[in-house]
Amino acid sequence: MNKKDNLLKGIIKENPLFVSLLGMCPSLAVTTSLENALGMFLGVFFVLVLSNLIISLIMSNKKLSQLVKPVRIPVYIVVIATLVTIVEMLMHAFLIDLYLSLGVFIPLIVVNCIILGRAEAFASENKPVDSVIDGIGMALGYGMAIMLISIFREFLGKGTITIWGTLQLDLNVIFNFLKIEPISMFVQPAGAFLTFGLILAGITAIANNKKNKLAKEVTNNG
Amino acid sequence: MDNLLVLAFSAFIIENIILSQFLGICPFLGVSTKRSNALGMGLAVIFVMLISSSVTWLLYKYVLEAFSIEYMRTIVFILVIASLVQMVETFLKKVSPPLYKALGIYLPLITTNCAVLGVALININEGYNFLEMLVYTTFIGLGFLFVMYIFSMMREKIEMAPVPKAFKGAPIALLVAAILAIIFSRFGGII
Repeated sequence: MNKKDNLLKGIIKENPLFVSLLGMCPSLAVTTSLENALGMFLGVFFVLVLSNLIISLIMSNKKLSQLVKPVRIPVYIVVIATLVTIVEMLMHAFLIDLYLSLGVFIPLIVVNCIILGRAEAFASENKPVDSVIDGIGMALGYGMAIMLISIFREFLGKGTITIWGTLQLDLNVIFNFLKIEPISMFVQPAGAFLTFGLILAGITAIANNKKNKLAKEVTNNG
Repeated sequence: MDNLLVLAFSAFIIENIILSQFLGICPFLGVSTKRSNALGMGLAVIFVMLISSSVTWLLYKYVLEAFSIEYMRTIVFILVIASLVQMVETFLKKVSPPLYKALGIYLPLITTNCAVLGVALININEGYNFLEMLVYTTFIGLGFLFVMYIFSMMREKIEMAPVPKAFKGAPIALLVAAILAIIFSRFGGII
């Protein structure tokens, strides 16, 4: 597998959220605005890339990997938890608003299955450079997925799209034009399940369509 | 006393851990295809949650706060939970084989269940005392069991229903969860 495929597989083919359904909890909880999703993406990006790097460095060293192998899961968890604590402190110091709105979901990055999953499935068996690329791809795929959900939810629920702080797109004109109010259900918990379910169904439909086309081509050629 | 009742009710229904706080979604979707599985998972979560929340609460109050190293809590909590789950598993295997048989396969899954770590952290963030912590944790756990059980019954029906191809599996489950969440959020007006 070359480096480009390695990067791209996390974004589309093996998208952690839409294809593998990993890391569902934060993706439902923090997608009430694009800003929150962006913040979550930054946190996951930092932790995932660095944990992949550190774990592949540990496991590619022969002596160290023999030592670590019997207790590798606790070792991974300590590495990840340390990185998450760093993220938490940095956010508390520099991005206090984001820290307050993400709340308990920052420490919960520790139990995000994507990070432990990549550590076990990829970083422990591959070279550091490849692991970092894999981490970047997976984090981007996850980030894009939660941003997609949050754009739908924030637009339908509040009529705005907050990119960062005061940088905000106000799309209430559309609702005014249609003479309706924004549908506040979409920023409430129920809207999260609804949006995620509908997006997932859409993606499944597209994937099925593609598969059918491929099958048809095969039968035509054969 | 009134306080505790309000706390219990809101933990059970209004702030339901799955439908309004989005913790423990993985077992909610993964282990809810059969009623017996949902019941087993729910009971195992209550069990582990109560033990781990008590231990982490005591550790936080008497060790981390005493040495003012509160920032270590994420690392300490996850290690405590992971080793506790392991200990509970070994203990159950030895002491009560029937209980182990019923809950055993769910226990390893619980380590990465964000509900357990989430509740331990919420207990600290909200500054509950020991009694409040126990009530809150118990009712959050019961709420988890309750929603899991209802949801698994619905999913058993959906299994037989003619669902459009694209909606099969996770998408239809999420839409059903959305309807459940609407119902649960309406209870908020009671308090």
